[in-house]
Amino acid sequence: MKRLSRLRRHRAAGPVLLIFALFTIGTTFQVASAVNQENATVQSRSTAIAEGKEIFLRGCSSCHGLNAEGQEIAPSLIGVGAASVDFQVGTGRMPMADMSQQAVRKAPVYSPEEVHALATYVASLAPGPAVPGDELLNYERDGSVAEGGQLFRTNCAMCHNFAGQGGALTQGKYAPTVMGVQPKHIYEAMITGPQAMPVFSDKTLTPEEKLSIIKWIKSAESEPQLGGVALGRVGPVTEGLLAWTLGIVLLIGVAVWLAAKAR
Amino acid sequence: MTARERIAGNVAGYVDDRTGGAKWMKKNLQKVFPDHWSFLLGEICLYSFIILLLSGTFLTFWFDPSMREVVYEGAYEPLQGVKMSAAYASALEISFEVRGGLLMRQIHHWAALIFMIGIVVHLMRVFFTGAFRKPREFNWIIGVGLLTLGIVEGFLGYSLPDDLLSGTGIRIAEAIIQAIPVVGSYLSYFAFGGAFPGLAFIPRIYVVHVLLLPGIFLALITVHLMLVWYQKHTQFPGPGRTEKNVVGYPLMPVYMAKAGGFFFIVFGVTAFLGAVASINPIWLYGPYNPGQVSAGSQPDWYMGWLDGLVRMSPPIETYLFGYTISWNILIPGLILPGIIFTGLALYPFIESWITGDKREHHLLDRPRNAPNRTAIGAMALTFTLVSLINGGNDIIATSFDLTINQMMWFSRIAIIVLPPIAFIVTKRLCLSLQRADRDLVLHGRETGRLVRMPNGEFVEVHEPISPEKAWLLTSHEQLAPLELPEVDGAGVRRPAAIRNKIRNRISRAHAVAVPKATETERRELEGHH
Repeated sequence: MKRLSRLRRHRAAGPVLLIFALFTIGTTFQVASAVNQENATVQSRSTAIAEGKEIFLRGCSSCHGLNAEGQEIAPSLIGVGAASVDFQVGTGRMPMADMSQQAVRKAPVYSPEEVHALATYVASLAPGPAVPGDELLNYERDGSVAEGGQLFRTNCAMCHNFAGQGGALTQGKYAPTVMGVQPKHIYEAMITGPQAMPVFSDKTLTPEEKLSIIKWIKSAESEPQLGGVALGRVGPVTEGLLAWTLGIVLLIGVAVWLAAKAR
Repeated sequence: MTARERIAGNVAGYVDDRTGGAKWMKKNLQKVFPDHWSFLLGEICLYSFIILLLSGTFLTFWFDPSMREVVYEGAYEPLQGVKMSAAYASALEISFEVRGGLLMRQIHHWAALIFMIGIVVHLMRVFFTGAFRKPREFNWIIGVGLLTLGIVEGFLGYSLPDDLLSGTGIRIAEAIIQAIPVVGSYLSYFAFGGAFPGLAFIPRIYVVHVLLLPGIFLALITVHLMLVWYQKHTQFPGPGRTEKNVVGYPLMPVYMAKAGGFFFIVFGVTAFLGAVASINPIWLYGPYNPGQVSAGSQPDWYMGWLDGLVRMSPPIETYLFGYTISWNILIPGLILPGIIFTGLALYPFIESWITGDKREHHLLDRPRNAPNRTAIGAMALTFTLVSLINGGNDIIATSFDLTINQMMWFSRIAIIVLPPIAFIVTKRLCLSLQRADRDLVLHGRETGRLVRMPNGEFVEVHEPISPEKAWLLTSHEQLAPLELPEVDGAGVRRPAAIRNKIRNRISRAHAVAVPKATETERRELEGHH
């Protein structure tokens, strides 16, 4: 007993006890909170699935079927993954405005939370590409603009045009402009291949290369109009139109004026 | 005589003693030119050509026409570290590092577009007014040559920077060369010095673009202008104007001032476009790589109609003795342009064959008074316009929510259906205008004043037009159609007679006109009113 009391009075006793106490409290809290978190995620996930299902039944099932199994007019969504839903609904393409050739990008109908719920619900049906997290989208840190430009011209420009302004495809389909699109949505488009677009899997374009492409797109987007009015960046058609309208009309106008003055 | 005048006189005398130029100058500076705005269209071409020479020379100071591979380390960040040809790198250097380089590049390109527009508009003026008739057929042919060379020269310039767009254009040119039966692939190997794209093509077309073609241009333009000088300018009919005189203003000082001023205005408009509107942003296209292509790759507008023809052609091929004949490229890429340019060059001779008119003409036609010619022109323009529209079919499809397939089918049908309709409509319009002219001469101008007669009848008062105007509306001649013998002396139809019959028929169609008002008719009506 004497020994214990002596130890109790040792000058290191206080700090040691303090460290021990802190360690115990920390560990206990860690374990307890981890258990809590686990419960919470599971719980919020199942709430999200339930919410998502509700939104789905209300807004999507008339075309995609009550169990997302698809119908004649709309494809099955089983296995398309959260990324696909996040892209289609998050960019306003779904729900479609009309049954035209292609879903048009417009102001999203659902809030980000609702999109998340829908995506979680669809992802719960079968595994598919997930929504890329922020750590995957740090294009400012990771990509290379020059490489991205090369990759864009090789893989994307044939449909989306050299400056990402979009272009025509067959039968009224088109590749939309990639200007003003969130990096997340560009990334999702590449991994899910919406509408006429092919899928660019991680074997075709590594995540790093995808980031480079996004980086180049963002750089093209913010590039000032270096040579003056950009004329839509669609090539010689608009240039020819301007020459045939403003250019020659100004010159003929002056010619008429020069000849009229002589009278 | 002031001191200044004396000095000027001494200098002039000194030069004249040694060159004898005074007499020549005196004669030629007084040369008279008729005045009409449409006579300045050719000047637009001349001046934009001068601008092209000047701005082009500036560009050659820095442009390096070499296919040597370099790694870009210039000012444009998004391309730093990218491998490219020295040609493209130097074009980027001109755009971003040379002071005023981008402006000069843009002026050069805008001037090229305006040069070609000027040629086409000038050609339309010459065609629709009949200015190509004897004695100006040679000058017409030179003009068609300048148009054709201008298309080639423009295309080569578009190809030089070796960006993605120009490389795509060269690829299509290569395809057209290869479509020539039998020798196509040999010609292609010859032009490219081996397989596409190779290292030889850019340096070769550079020499053609900056030396050979500009030289030919200078020579042809000189002859073109000398012929105008020698044959004198045509003029529109008007009081005091005949086939034997030229009514207008002397070169010095009126046209010196006008033409000189117009040069600066053309330069001003080109520089304005170059300063405010981007053209061919090569840095966005990236370096050429045969594995890449951009959506909406188009040629400049003067090639756009040829591209449109290629785009609308159905996929027809023949496989013959182990050779593939690509009609889908051969017809729109070579055969049709060949027919069009040959027909254009030969038109003066064709028309004179139809009318049998071998006389000189210095007075211009009003387009309505040559309905057949005007209708042919409208037909040709419709054809070109349909193909030009199809050349931009993808841009039009996305801009106006159309499908590219609809555009293509529209063009395929319209290119056959619309030109004849344009011919018929234009011819009818011309004849209606002739009828209106006739009414105007015979009945006068409608004043819009209504008068009630004593018997209750309402009549509109017509006012006779001025004698000058009446003369203007009736001075043109209406040629009777040819009447060549369709049977020979013995009453036998022979091959020559059949040819005559065809020629008579074409000539009759060409000569269709509303008889113009005659003096007798006018007097008769005047007595009647």
